[in-house]
Amino acid sequence: MSTVATQPAGPCAGTRVRGPRKKGLLRRALRSKRTVVGLALSVLIFALAFLGPYIAPHSPTEFVGAPFSPAGVGGPFGTDNLGRDVLSRFLAGGQTLMILSVLATGIGVGLGALVGVLAAYSRGWVDEALMRTGDVALAFPQIVLALLFLSIIGPKLWLLVLMVALGHLPRVARVVRGAAMSVVERDFVKAAESVGIPRWKIIVGEIVPNLSSTLAVEFGLRLTYSIGLVAGLSFLGLGMQPPNPDWGLMINENRVALTVSPWSVALPVIAIALLTVGTNLVTDGLAKAAIGSDEGVEA
Amino acid sequence: MSTVAPTLVVDALKIVGVPSMASIIDQLTLEVHPGEILGVVGESGSGKTTLGLSLLNYCKEGTRVDGGSVSIHDLDLAALPWRKVRELRGRTVAYIPQSPASALNPALRVGTQLRECLSGDAVTKLERVREVLREVALPDGDEFLARYPHQLSGGQQQRVAIAMAFTARPALIVMDEPTTGLDVSTQEHVLLTVRDMCKTYDCAAVYISHDMAVVAELADRIAVMYSGRIVEIGRTADVLGHTSHPYTSRLLLAVPDLDALRPMVGIPGNAPSPLARPQGCAFAPRCPIADTGCTVAPPEATDVGEGHKVRCYKAGNALPPAIARPQQQRSVRADGDKPVIDISGLKAGYGNFTVLEDINLSVYSGDCVALLGESGSGKTTLSRCIAGLHHNFTGGLELSGEPLATSSFKRTREQRRRVQYIFQNPYESLNPRRTVEELILQPVLAVRGKVKNSRDIVATALERASLRPDHARRYPDQLSGGERQRVAIARALATEPEVLICDEITSALDVSVQSSLVDLLRGLQAEMGLTLLFITHNIALVRNIAQQVAVLERGRIVEFGDVADIFENPQHAYTRSLMSATPNFQLPSQVYAAEPNGVAL
Repeated sequence: MSTVATQPAGPCAGTRVRGPRKKGLLRRALRSKRTVVGLALSVLIFALAFLGPYIAPHSPTEFVGAPFSPAGVGGPFGTDNLGRDVLSRFLAGGQTLMILSVLATGIGVGLGALVGVLAAYSRGWVDEALMRTGDVALAFPQIVLALLFLSIIGPKLWLLVLMVALGHLPRVARVVRGAAMSVVERDFVKAAESVGIPRWKIIVGEIVPNLSSTLAVEFGLRLTYSIGLVAGLSFLGLGMQPPNPDWGLMINENRVALTVSPWSVALPVIAIALLTVGTNLVTDGLAKAAIGSDEGVEA
Repeated sequence: MSTVAPTLVVDALKIVGVPSMASIIDQLTLEVHPGEILGVVGESGSGKTTLGLSLLNYCKEGTRVDGGSVSIHDLDLAALPWRKVRELRGRTVAYIPQSPASALNPALRVGTQLRECLSGDAVTKLERVREVLREVALPDGDEFLARYPHQLSGGQQQRVAIAMAFTARPALIVMDEPTTGLDVSTQEHVLLTVRDMCKTYDCAAVYISHDMAVVAELADRIAVMYSGRIVEIGRTADVLGHTSHPYTSRLLLAVPDLDALRPMVGIPGNAPSPLARPQGCAFAPRCPIADTGCTVAPPEATDVGEGHKVRCYKAGNALPPAIARPQQQRSVRADGDKPVIDISGLKAGYGNFTVLEDINLSVYSGDCVALLGESGSGKTTLSRCIAGLHHNFTGGLELSGEPLATSSFKRTREQRRRVQYIFQNPYESLNPRRTVEELILQPVLAVRGKVKNSRDIVATALERASLRPDHARRYPDQLSGGERQRVAIARALATEPEVLICDEITSALDVSVQSSLVDLLRGLQAEMGLTLLFITHNIALVRNIAQQVAVLERGRIVEFGDVADIFENPQHAYTRSLMSATPNFQLPSQVYAAEPNGVAL
């Protein structure tokens, strides 16, 4: 998992593998300071979330002191509503959030890209059907749709991932279709058609690789939303269930004692905020670098 | 030289790339007098456009002036504040860019655009606009002034752009390949307009082009640029008649000859990139007469005649003869031969709009048949019907007697293998995410399934297309335009096709590259017995490659026959008009002399 953790810009990792290529998207993006700062922040929080459980001083469910002890009593950041160590719970509570967010984003962007490319390449009624269905889905706010299904079926983690992913799907499909429209018109797609390469191979081998910068940007952007959504749904009690440690849940459980023991709320809030800022900065940098990435030779 | 003070003086101009500091233009000195047209020619990457823009005191992003000066009427542009420069542009120096479609604002009416850089009251402005429209032979009525650019044809758009440049009566006008995207008949009209306008206004002009034939017809003086320097400059007659730089000679020989009196010879190799310029003379690696002395330091400009300067250590030395293939201008076939491709009563269109009608064409094995026509004549649609890329057609289309399906997906593998298509623009037709090796193998895998000797196939294909084996591992954006088109050819050849459809494959490339590609194709035709279908708008090219020609006008074949007959005695008025509109570029006889095995310079 740690390879994913260090690379919020998942799909663009593909450009690195292509050795002799002059400058990959990521390398070009890294020339700007914002990307470096964003990447550092994201890596820091991801590392914290994934390594946290191993360095936590206590078990996340172990009682170490009186409830809502101030910082320094029971642990460096005090205790929570049931007297568990805030630091330990914080360190243990990020991993699930990260895994769920990355999974949801991966599924959402993957399926969305597929639908978008399919629509752009098929044209005609397939395009219309896919896109109009997407329009209907877009009419519902993402969180309302997720709330609806989660409250009917129950707070299952797989459902949480699925709902967040489905929320992304029409949005990603729309963007990817726009980008793919110009690629499907290019002559190399026609060249592939003229020698009779199957259509699915044309989509996978010819069109999608030329959308990698769009996909990288989309992945980063949707990851930011996923983190917020998953944390938000956990806060509302529809994600992880007590007594599991979870950042969203921590905020909910401890918000009553914000003045007495602020760290139990502040730590997860700061972490989520930093991660969101970080992934946003990376996405920004990628988007800037992607502009003009189609222009052939550099002088 | 005239005694009048020159309008434009460029002195030792140097423009460098940022941050590499590699010089894009170096030691560039020239002057242009009122009423004079200076033609600037060179291959792509020689710095022509950078020079053109610097005359407006404009540098492309990533470049800047690093010494030297540009002055117009003794006004040093570099020293002016930007406000003054802005006033200068359009009024004192005007610019006509390559693509008229992007030069005109699509949201503004013609009248509004023409008025933009005029001052004074509304009536005088309107009067001036009408006057200038009449001068470029466009209607001057209110109806025309109210049109939007998309309601004009390509030629009209370019003439509006010219009118726009001349409205404020500028002292200097810079034209960057203004006729490159236009048909020959339109080009002829535009060139005439430019010439007249410069004479009428006594305006100095810099005409940038890669087409020697056009420049020779239009310019009073010619400057030949190579690798950011002017390698030869002089009066048109001197440069053409007493060519002193080997590059100029080779550039002249690369132009296809309408009369086919001399062969068309390409220049091997590529122009060096600004980052990798050779130490000595930049042309030395491609020069047939260069020796070790040429690679030490770049040559200085020396006078070889009145106002005729050359940068070459070997100025005036004769070049060794270039070997040219004998060109056959007639189709030769036996009585029992059946056509490879037989088209009868073909009709094609988009939706309800008919593009092609009543097309009958038989192509015999081993022949090169040229499809000649201007834009909109339907030549690309016809070629795409044959390749199975344009599905909306009716009528007979047979390959060796077997009918071909409309869509390439419905054809058999064998049929797809036998007919290969090469696209016009090599910058578009190669997937930028695949290596050359993958690109070449792709059609092979598609039409033959898995192959064992894939390495050999790639190596053979590269060799046939005159590419080096190490090209196999490169990506398209690491190749020049000519190399990319060779990759496209190699890709088509890898499947061992019988029919090769070449859709304007040289029109996006330099003249020097065009010649070497034509040479390559002719060689392949002879060695592999390929049947070629060569789609082009360039009538001079037809004479240098094809055995038969079909002239297309508005979706119909108006004339068809052997090249020798049609050029000797064109029957249709349209063919005749095409031939008369093409600049017939003949070199003075002392530049070359026909020899049994080739041509000596």
